[in-house]
Amino acid sequence: MQQSISAHVSDHTQGHEDQEGIKLLGFWIFLVTDCLLFATFFAAYAVLHTHTNGGFTASEFNVPNFIIETFILLISSFTSGIAVLNMHKGNKKGLTQWLIVTAVLGAVFVGLEVKEFMDMAAEGATLSQSAFLTSFFSLVGAHGLHVSFGIFWMIGILVQLSRRGITPVTKRKISMVSLYWHFLDAVWIFIFSVVYLMGVM
Amino acid sequence: MSNHEHTANMKAYTTGFALSIILTIIPIILVLNHLLSKTALVVSILLAAVLQFVVQLFFFMHIRDGEGPRYNVMALILGIIFVVTIVAGAIWIMSFNSQVQ
Repeated sequence: MQQSISAHVSDHTQGHEDQEGIKLLGFWIFLVTDCLLFATFFAAYAVLHTHTNGGFTASEFNVPNFIIETFILLISSFTSGIAVLNMHKGNKKGLTQWLIVTAVLGAVFVGLEVKEFMDMAAEGATLSQSAFLTSFFSLVGAHGLHVSFGIFWMIGILVQLSRRGITPVTKRKISMVSLYWHFLDAVWIFIFSVVYLMGVM
Repeated sequence: MSNHEHTANMKAYTTGFALSIILTIIPIILVLNHLLSKTALVVSILLAAVLQFVVQLFFFMHIRDGEGPRYNVMALILGIIFVVTIVAGAIWIMSFNSQVQ
C-alpha cells in the first residue's frame, strides 16, 4: 500500500512536470519558427544591401555605438542566466534583482538603438530612402521590437513573482523568458556580424 | 526537478560568457585593423558568429538538458535547414537578376 501511494505521488508530480516541460518545448518550437521570420529579413538584406540609391551606405554605421550595443546585450544574456541560477537555488531576492538588471540592460540597448535610428533619420537615411535602408530598418527594427516585447514580458513576470513567489508555473515562465532572451542575443550575433561588421569592413 | 542533471551552473555561464566575449572581440579587431583580405575576413566573421551561436546553445540555452527524445534538437535542426535554404536560396536565385534584366 505504502509503495503504491508513493508510486502514485511520484506519477502525479512526473505528470505535472511533463506538462510544464511540454509548454517549454512548445515555446522552443515558437523560437525556431521565429528564426524563419528573421531568416526572411536576413535574405532580403543580403540581396538588397548594395541597393543604396546613392544615399546612406553600410560603411557609414556608427562603430562605437553598435559595439556597445553588442556588449550590453551579451551581458544581459549572462545576467538572465544568473537569474535562472538563483531561481534553481530558490533565491527569490537574487532572482528578482538579476531579472531587473537584465530588463534595465535591455532598455539601455533599445535606447541606444532608437538613438542610432534617429541619428540616421536626421542624416536623411530613412526607411523609404533606399532598398538597403528598408531591409536594414526591417531586420534591425524587428529585433528591437522583440527586445522591447521581452522587457514588458519580464516586468509582467516580476509582478507575478512578487505576488506568487517561485512556483512550478513561475519557474517555467522565467525559464521561457530567459530562453527568449538568449535567443535574441543569438539573433543579434548574426545582425552584428552580417549587417554591422561586414558593413563597415 | 532536483534529480535532473542541470548543465545550468555558474561555471557553465561564466565559460560561455568568456567565450562569447572572445568570439565577439576577435572579429571586431580583424575588421577595425583591416588585417585580412575581403574573402578571408567574411569567412572569419561568419565562423566567429557560428561558433558563438554554438557556444550560446550549449552554455546558455542548455540544449543538452532533459531526458528522452531530444525534440528540441530535432526542431532546431529542421529550423536551421529552413533558415539556410531561405537565405542561401534567396542569394543564389537573385544572383541571376542581372542576366534576366
